Amino acid sequence: MKVAYWPGCVSRGFTPELHGSMARIAPLLDIELVPLDRGACCGAGVIAEHNQELADTLNARTFALAQQVGGAAMMMNICSTCQGAQTECQERLDANAEYRAHVNETLAGEGLSYEKGLTNKNFLWLLVEELGLDELRARAQRPLHDLRVGPFYGCYIVRPADRLGIDDDMPRDTYLALVIEALGGTVIDYAGSHKCCGFPIITMNKEASLKQAGRHLGDAVDAAADCLVTPCPLCHLNLDLQQPLAERVVGRNLNMPVLHLPQLVGLALGLPADQLGLQRHVVKPTAVIDWTTSVVAGVGETSAEG
Amino acid sequence: MAEFTLRLRRYNPQTGAPPYWEEHTVELEPHRSVLEAILQAKARFDGSIGIRCSCRAAICGSCGVRINGKPDLACHTHLDKAQRHAEAGVIEVEPMGNMPIIKDLIVDMEAVHWKKIQRVTPWLIAKQPVPEREYIVPKETMIDVTQSMACIQCGACVSDCLSMEVDPEFIGPAALAKAYRFVGDPRDDQHFERLTDLAEDPHGIYDCTHCFMCIDACPKGVAPMSQIMRLRRIASRDHGIVDRNNGERHEAAFVSLVRQYGLLNEAELLPRSYGGDSPLAKFTPRAGAELASSLPSIAKALLRRKVTPAAVLKPHKLAKTDLQQIKRIYDHAEKDPFELNLYITGYDEDLAGAEKPEAAAASGAVQTSAESGQPGQTPGESPTR
Repeated sequence: MKVAYWPGCVSRGFTPELHGSMARIAPLLDIELVPLDRGACCGAGVIAEHNQELADTLNARTFALAQQVGGAAMMMNICSTCQGAQTECQERLDANAEYRAHVNETLAGEGLSYEKGLTNKNFLWLLVEELGLDELRARAQRPLHDLRVGPFYGCYIVRPADRLGIDDDMPRDTYLALVIEALGGTVIDYAGSHKCCGFPIITMNKEASLKQAGRHLGDAVDAAADCLVTPCPLCHLNLDLQQPLAERVVGRNLNMPVLHLPQLVGLALGLPADQLGLQRHVVKPTAVIDWTTSVVAGVGETSAEG
Repeated sequence: MAEFTLRLRRYNPQTGAPPYWEEHTVELEPHRSVLEAILQAKARFDGSIGIRCSCRAAICGSCGVRINGKPDLACHTHLDKAQRHAEAGVIEVEPMGNMPIIKDLIVDMEAVHWKKIQRVTPWLIAKQPVPEREYIVPKETMIDVTQSMACIQCGACVSDCLSMEVDPEFIGPAALAKAYRFVGDPRDDQHFERLTDLAEDPHGIYDCTHCFMCIDACPKGVAPMSQIMRLRRIASRDHGIVDRNNGERHEAAFVSLVRQYGLLNEAELLPRSYGGDSPLAKFTPRAGAELASSLPSIAKALLRRKVTPAAVLKPHKLAKTDLQQIKRIYDHAEKDPFELNLYITGYDEDLAGAEKPEAAAASGAVQTSAESGQPGQTPGESPTR
């Protein structure tokens, strides 16, 4: 399947292992990535907070570029925040023909135009809705047996439910659990799975921001998770990069590895840990990976061997 | 008639005993409400169950509870719908969050919700001189504020606010939506003062963590978070309020970095959010103090080569021709920005029926039953944001 691929900014900036691991696993899933190298930042809600038309126009430009990719089935992103911010802009663009024409007028100078009705799916949605869980299960050469994984969605990909097309027929707010299961892992139920990582207020109220991250990580520790998995690189920043600071705010040791979704999929597909950039995380995923053989193992199994 | 099993969370703080769960099976038609089920359990099995209710028609806002983990009005939730989302076929009902429990399903709205509403000066401070007859105002602006006026003070958004969960002093979604009701009202005289107050307060508009919980929680389509984002937009762009919480600086830095690079430059965003929108921001005392306090994280990130010095010094950037396009878009959109408000305009007809049936039906029902406001669209095409 060929997709117009929107990697986002952070996956190529402070979490390069996300973009890298996606590129690694795509061929193994028969996904052909055509990168939208010319697209601009989605605005992460912040540009829309400043100027709605500016955010809508920047994203309309990215959508128009995606629509120019010949033979692409849809646009695909790998960031919850991109999914949410872009869907919000698309909702306005699709809702009102007059407004769409107004935005397209700005794009006309560059020979671009957005046509209503683009399909833009996060990799998580694509896994479940396009590839399918059975297919994923069949391709998992190295099922994640004994691995206890806590899902962490990121707000932008689960709310608001009606805008994101989440309902009883398409329970997209349960997909991470379905994917973990299909890959052979054990899904850990804990309080923070659908909550906010705190990243959006890290510069405004740092203590509250880190308290959010710290509490969710702590809840996952208490539920005996080996690691978390997230489709959002911004969540990854607060949960992994900031974990040393979050530990101080909540006053406990956490040491909870946080994996990007393509990394978890990649491990099950049989790729070695270093090819997926797992050595780059601030919290070393030693509980998840046996570095000598790259065999996925739960904590119990690893310690039994060692 | 069908049977429904309720799992109620019982708690009486006066006894000193811990909370416990209690199950009751009731008999009702599937289209009846969760509230009716609770009242039947109270009448038949245990008169001591505490629940607050009055109108039973989604107008008074008294019966806010959590049903299967999500906040809603008990009188506004059909039993069959609740059953569909019930784990193991048992409908779980518990009191709302973020507020102290008085008894069972009754929370102390006075201690949290109403205190916060009072915090935002919830009345109109009339522009002087007050005209002898009515104020003449644009129709759209009044339609816009009816979205906030539709609030019935049920506390569902307060219950699940994730900022309030970690910062109980956060003014919160209901009160800030109420604040927008006056900031968006052209008859009010104190827009600048209200916004300065809410921007400078460390628990004000910039303390919202943008999690959308309140939007999904609200049974009346108020979309409190959208109103908070409007407050930020008006404070920073229209009034130029530079707050002590880095709210305006963060926004300004983000917008200007994307203009310059086309993509987000994280290494610059952080110092500029503290020190102001300039490449020299990292040398300001504010930014310096922040970088120092973040050293434990930064050091590890550098050590693991998650963040490399090269990436910091030479950030990713779009090609020159694309940057020119981005700049043109900025120049155009920043000159005279147009703000499409779907609450006022509604969706184009082909979308209203086709892609938003549930949302439209839900908010359509809301608007016919809510007394306040006459939103600018017919039921069936009304958005909730």
